[in-house]
Amino acid sequence: MRWLGGVVAAALALGIWQAIVSLTDVPRFILPSPALVFEAWVTNRALLAEHTLVTAIEIALGLLIGAGLGVLTALSLASSEFARVTVRPILVFTQALPVFALAPILTLWLGFGLGSKVAMAVLIIYFPVTSAFFDGLMRTPKGYLDLAQTMGAGKWQTLWRIRVPAALPSLGSGLRLAAVYAPIGAVIGEWVGASRGLGYLMLLANGRAKTDLMFAALFTLGLLSIVLYVAMNRLTIYWLGRHTPGG
Amino acid sequence: MTPGPALRFDGTARIEGRALFGDIALDLAPGDWTCLLGVSGVGKTTILRVIAGLETGVDFAGQVAASDGAPVSDRVAYMAQQDLLLPWATVEDNVLLGARLRGEAPDRARAAALLADVGLAAHGQKKPFALSGGQRQRVALARTLMEDRSVILLDEPFSALDARTRAEMQELAYALLKGRTVLLVTHDPGEAARLGARIYVMTEGGAEAVAPPPSKAPRAVDDGEVLASQAALLQRLRAGP
Repeated sequence: MRWLGGVVAAALALGIWQAIVSLTDVPRFILPSPALVFEAWVTNRALLAEHTLVTAIEIALGLLIGAGLGVLTALSLASSEFARVTVRPILVFTQALPVFALAPILTLWLGFGLGSKVAMAVLIIYFPVTSAFFDGLMRTPKGYLDLAQTMGAGKWQTLWRIRVPAALPSLGSGLRLAAVYAPIGAVIGEWVGASRGLGYLMLLANGRAKTDLMFAALFTLGLLSIVLYVAMNRLTIYWLGRHTPGG
Repeated sequence: MTPGPALRFDGTARIEGRALFGDIALDLAPGDWTCLLGVSGVGKTTILRVIAGLETGVDFAGQVAASDGAPVSDRVAYMAQQDLLLPWATVEDNVLLGARLRGEAPDRARAAALLADVGLAAHGQKKPFALSGGQRQRVALARTLMEDRSVILLDEPFSALDARTRAEMQELAYALLKGRTVLLVTHDPGEAARLGARIYVMTEGGAEAVAPPPSKAPRAVDDGEVLASQAALLQRLRAGP
């Protein structure tokens, strides 16, 4: 039934779009009709696939590295008072900088290839993952910690056996956010300087007034993001489901 | 296991300068049950947490001493009203939690034997959510027994259970904790009358020893002396400081 709702909503949006194009007679290089976009999508499928693969690799690497760094940072923050006092202010300060403003610098340092885009995606997802997981680690139910203390538990065993499992649902929320943010990072990176990827293709198509191709690339990106989010959602629920009551 | 020592608790607790309880002295019966009965908010749980060596948020001045002179807080096992079972771990892994947290090799055979003692032999591989409230509290009891400590601190562990399950749990816990020094914090006069070898009533004015019924615990719920004691304890609670 939820599927049906999505299909109806999409059909409605396409209908309104088509109606606007038909009624206002807007030029096709401003707003192409859905049919034209679909045609461009089919005609350029090989091109789109090639650039999608590049962007997907950037996103996947960014997610892997960003989530890994985030998890490690959260663990060290949670297990060390010293780290909390020293690292946390730096972390918050770096988030006060707009990450997008760093894109030109990353391109300057890491070049026009994969590296600068992955770095961009890493930067953009690192904080949400760190923050969500760290919050979870600091909110372990007090009763568990009391119990562990009376049992004579070691600090690392308590972290590994109680605090981490209890924080996994929070990590799941962070990872779902990361799945939404990572494509943004990759595309921003591509806009600043790239020779491949969906972001690059959109700029290219735009410059040549191939608005239909630009829209096709945009929808491909949207589709990629949705698939990524759904996959991450499934993954976190499956993986973390064991860790929640009733799961 | 060595028999539980006699324990003496003695002291005052203040929260931000205001007294939570004045000079309270408790003598815990060696190898037997002492019940600390009181209404909510008088500081019963604080006393228990002080004995367990847990953070209390109050300024405690006083001492906890065992008859054998050895430190107390590293030989206590603690069981609360919430079963505190880890929802992601199986029943067996919950019983083995203490060993895992200390980095010791888990003794699965003993865990299985204890689960059998509490009547849950067939449930070791289940997750806690698959059990009823009474069963979960029995797992918590098995986990407490697994620790094999001589001092057992019980913070209203039966109060969330239905009447029948509560009566069964009281008898089961009494049988399995034989020989240990048990402090049961409760707000149920009937529970104190059934189980206490010693009974203290705690009000805002302090803690006062009240003679338990003469028969040996666990006493029958319908025993005339238990019912009379229960009524007297309730009257004492209602009388206040």
